Formats: sequence, structure tokens, C-alpha cells
Amino acid sequence: MATTTTTVPNAGPVSGSRSFLSRLREGDEIARMITFLFAASVVLVTVLLVFELWQGSALARHKFGFNFFRTSVWDPIFEQFGALPFIYGTLVTAAVSLLIAVPLGIGAAIFLAELAPARVSDTLEFFIDLLAAVPSVIYGVLGIFIVVPLMRQYVQPALKHSLGFLPLFQGPAYGVGFLTAGIVLAIMVIPYIISVSREVLLSVPRDQREAALSLGATRWESTWKVVVPFARAGIFGSIFLALARALGETMAVTMVIGNTPKISASLLSPGYSIAAVIANEFTEATGELHTQSLIELGLVLFLLTFILNGLARLLIVATSQRGSGMGQT
Amino acid sequence: MSPRLRWRKFVSGFMLTMTGVCALVAVSVLFLILGYLVYHGGASINWNFFTKLPVPVGETGGGMANAILGSAKMLLLATLFGVPIGFLGAIYLAEFSGSTTAFVVRYAADLLNGVPSIVIGIFAYSLVVHPFKQYSTLAGGFALGLMMIPITLRSTEEFLRAVPRALREAAMALGASKWKTIASVIVPAAYRGILTAILLAFARVAGETAPLLFTALGNQFWSPGWQQPTASLPVMIYTYALAPYDDWHRQAWAAGLVLLGLILIINIVARAILSRGIAVPRT
Repeated sequence: MATTTTTVPNAGPVSGSRSFLSRLREGDEIARMITFLFAASVVLVTVLLVFELWQGSALARHKFGFNFFRTSVWDPIFEQFGALPFIYGTLVTAAVSLLIAVPLGIGAAIFLAELAPARVSDTLEFFIDLLAAVPSVIYGVLGIFIVVPLMRQYVQPALKHSLGFLPLFQGPAYGVGFLTAGIVLAIMVIPYIISVSREVLLSVPRDQREAALSLGATRWESTWKVVVPFARAGIFGSIFLALARALGETMAVTMVIGNTPKISASLLSPGYSIAAVIANEFTEATGELHTQSLIELGLVLFLLTFILNGLARLLIVATSQRGSGMGQT
Repeated sequence: MSPRLRWRKFVSGFMLTMTGVCALVAVSVLFLILGYLVYHGGASINWNFFTKLPVPVGETGGGMANAILGSAKMLLLATLFGVPIGFLGAIYLAEFSGSTTAFVVRYAADLLNGVPSIVIGIFAYSLVVHPFKQYSTLAGGFALGLMMIPITLRSTEEFLRAVPRALREAAMALGASKWKTIASVIVPAAYRGILTAILLAFARVAGETAPLLFTALGNQFWSPGWQQPTASLPVMIYTYALAPYDDWHRQAWAAGLVLLGLILIINIVARAILSRGIAVPRT
């Protein structure tokens, strides 16, 4: 095209690229600057988000300090805000969800990566991806109309009957509560565990399996004692990812946890979570301090997920590099 | 066969079967969800649902036309806001940037992607709602657009990088400038992937509820213009499902079916576009 004349004389031996002016004339510099502005705005928005959370919670941070995390009185009228019940509820529901989701998710991932023929595996993975796309409010609807009645009528009475001597399963069966929220969360995070773990397991080099099998291991032994340990870091990564999702999940939890700010050893009792209290009280916050305390909760949530996501990414990258690296040698 | 070997074989067979059961359970959840939604919501989907306003408690009938329009408006805003930033940012990352800048931008995008949606809601509230003292369609669209940025950015970048080097070199060898190469060779070669990325980002935010709770709020009526509180399908599902009226529950199921149907269709279309494309990165 018309640009040929400008490119030839400028082909300098050192840089190999054209001069600034000629690049400007051809639009390269302009394109570069424009796209840079857009890329930079991503960073800007992220920094602004952290800044707003920090700034928006200044009052609450100064007034309560560390007591915010240690006290459990949440009283908008007397302006006393202690976040312990919400933090407790968030952690307990996330723990319950992982207890259910991790074995199921890893089991399914092993099936998809090790056993199923490629076509079956891809088809199932397609369904798993669709499952990951289901919005959380839909899980919430199914939670209150399907899971809660089931829990109230069958599961919770049965648990009380068989395991009622444990403090974990005492008190009346409301249907809503930590256990129900944990179960709904588990259903929501299983697809993430499966997708990521499957990827990681698939990246384990073939030689590892063949070596185990040739030593006389059964198929399960080669999977469980060789392949899974090899992919261990990545699988932990998928679990952290799921944990981050579970901690930050709002709608489904709000709909089934019972929204009662109390700390109870029993999984059957209703509770509250950080995300749920923000969702319920933010628009109706009575004073500046109330709003600021809710924003501080948002900050806590942000920091938790930030740390977990970072760890998860490190672990997943480390494993897939290890897998592909050894596969090539 | 020694008893020990027989035992090991039994364990192997049993555990492998169990993994199959796990996979079956996980996948069957999707069909359970769809089944329940169709069973409870299918009957309530009719012409009125798409064309009528919600009616006061006690009256039957009515629909969610205002919520559907509200969602559409906010998704339009979100796309107009999130996609250009994600797309052009990705071009910068894939074609222009040095590795340090790229790392910072990618890191910020991943960070943004991991932020819980309720926190995005707080951010949009303090940035858009609080200064103007007004819940609005605009604020809702902004919150959703924020969530679209990282998804569009990261996958677009991947697809751009997957365009074979030979194509770039061929264009450059013909004397095309860099931006001309990008605009007429690289982006067209990756367009299926980019389209998929945008569709998936769209589907992801279409069902988001938490960021809308205190940005768009809700509305029982039409919301003219862009600066008033507006109803949206996900928030409507949430409020209707928690309300104590049977008629509202039916509507919530119906709205859930419509929303999930839309999201699944977009997902399937997006994947279909991708599977026929060239320049597909192995993800």
C-alpha cells in the first residue's frame, strides 16, 4: 500500500523499527495511545474500587478498630456494630459447602479426566460449564422452594434423630440455616472445582500414568497415588477458587440462611453472612456509621477473596507449568 | 489371583465407579434445575408476562414487562461501557504493551474479576448513586459493565494472541502499518473468539442480582429515561420469591425460567460460534 515508501528508509539496524514520526503518521502511535488509555482505565477502576472501599469505611474503622471483628452486637439504633456473627456465618457456610463440594467435585473431575472417553468428557464438561452459568438468584429460588422444605421435613429431623447428640445438630428444624446455605453453596461451587481440576488433571503427563501402571498399579492406584498427587497444587487452587466464590456469594445465601445475626454451634440454626447483611441493610441503613460499617464488611469480603484468588491462581499456574514442562522433556 | 490383588482390583473398580457417580450427580443438577423451573414456571409464561406491568397484591395476572425492559436497558449500557474497555484494552495488551504494563493490567483485571458482585454494587453505589442521590438505570448499567470488563479483556487477549504469527508477518510484509494489520487482519481472524468472549460476559452479568440491589433498586412501574430506579428481571425474581404470596411465587418461577433460558441459549450460541472458528486457543 501507500506506506511502502516510508518503511524502507527507516529500517534502522539497531531497533529494527520505524521512527516515532513515521509511526505517528501511519496511526500506530495513535492506536497505541488510545488502546493504552483503555487498558489503563482497567487499572484505574480497580484502584478506585479499593480506594472507595477504604475511604467509605474510614469512620467505622476509626470508631471500632479491631473490636469490629471481635464483638457480636449489631445494633443500628445505638450505633453499635460488631461483625462477628456475620464473619462466623460466612466461614461456617463456606466450610460446609467445601466439605460437600470437594469430594464430589474432585471425584467428578477424576472421572472426566481419567476415565471418560474424550467425547463423553467434553459433553459432560459442556453441561458443567452451563451449570456454572446459572445465576445465583436461580439457585436461591430453588433453595427456598425446594431445598428448604426438604431440609425441614426430612433431612434435619433425620440428622437430629441420628446425630442429635452432637452439638452440631441440635435445636428446632427451621429448614433455613447454616447447613442449608452450605448445601446450596456446595451445589453452586462444584462446577468450578470440576472444571479447573479436570484441566489440571489432564495436564499431568502421560508417562506418569504409564509408569505407575507398568509397575503393576491398578487403574485407581495410578490415579490416586500418582496422578492426583502430581496435580495436587492445582486441585488446591481449584478449591481456593471455590472458597472465594462461596465467601462472596450473596443472593442464594441471603435467601436460605435465615438472616438472624447470632452465633450458634448448631448447623441447623439460622444465621447470617457478610454478603447477606450488606444485601439486606445497605439501602435501608439508618445513619452514616451504619453505611460505613457495611462498607467495611465489603472491604473484609474483598480482602478475603483477593487473597484466596491470588493463592488459587499461583497454584493453578504452577501445576499446569509443571505438567507441560515435564511432558516435553 | 491372590486375595490381596483381588481386593485391590475391587477397590479400583469401586472407587472408579464412585467417581462416575459423582460426575453423574454434578451434571444431573443442571437438569434438575431446568426441570423444576419448567414445571413450576412454564405454565405462568404467557403473552401477559412479557407485555404487562406487575399488578398489586391480590389481583391475578400482570407481568414483568418493566423488568424485562429495565434489564435490557441496563445490559445495553453495560455492553456499551464494558465491551469497548475490555476489547481495546485487550488489543493494547496483546499487540502493543511491554511485559510489565501487561502484567499490571492483567493483574488488575483478574482482581476485578474476583471481586464479589455485592462489593461491585457498593462501589457503583458510592461512585454513581451517592453523588447524585438517585438510584438509576445508569448506576445499574455501570455496575454490570464493570463486571463485563475483566471477562471481555482476558478472553479477547487470549484469542488475539492465538492468531498465528504468520498472518501478522504476512500483513507487515505487504507494508501494512501495525494498526492496519490489527484492524484488517488480526481482529478479523480472531473475531469468532472475541464474539464468544463478549457473549459469555453478557450472559454472566445478565443474571447478576447483587450489584443491582442498591444501584438500580427496583420499581413496580415503567422507568422512563435513564435516571430513575428501574426494575430488573433478577431483582424481581429475588423480591417475588421472598414475598409471601403464591401468585408472586408463580411469577418468580416464570421469570427464573425466562432468565435461565436466555442465559443458557446465549452460552450455547457462544460455544457454537467458537467451535466452528479458526484461531482457537487451547484453554
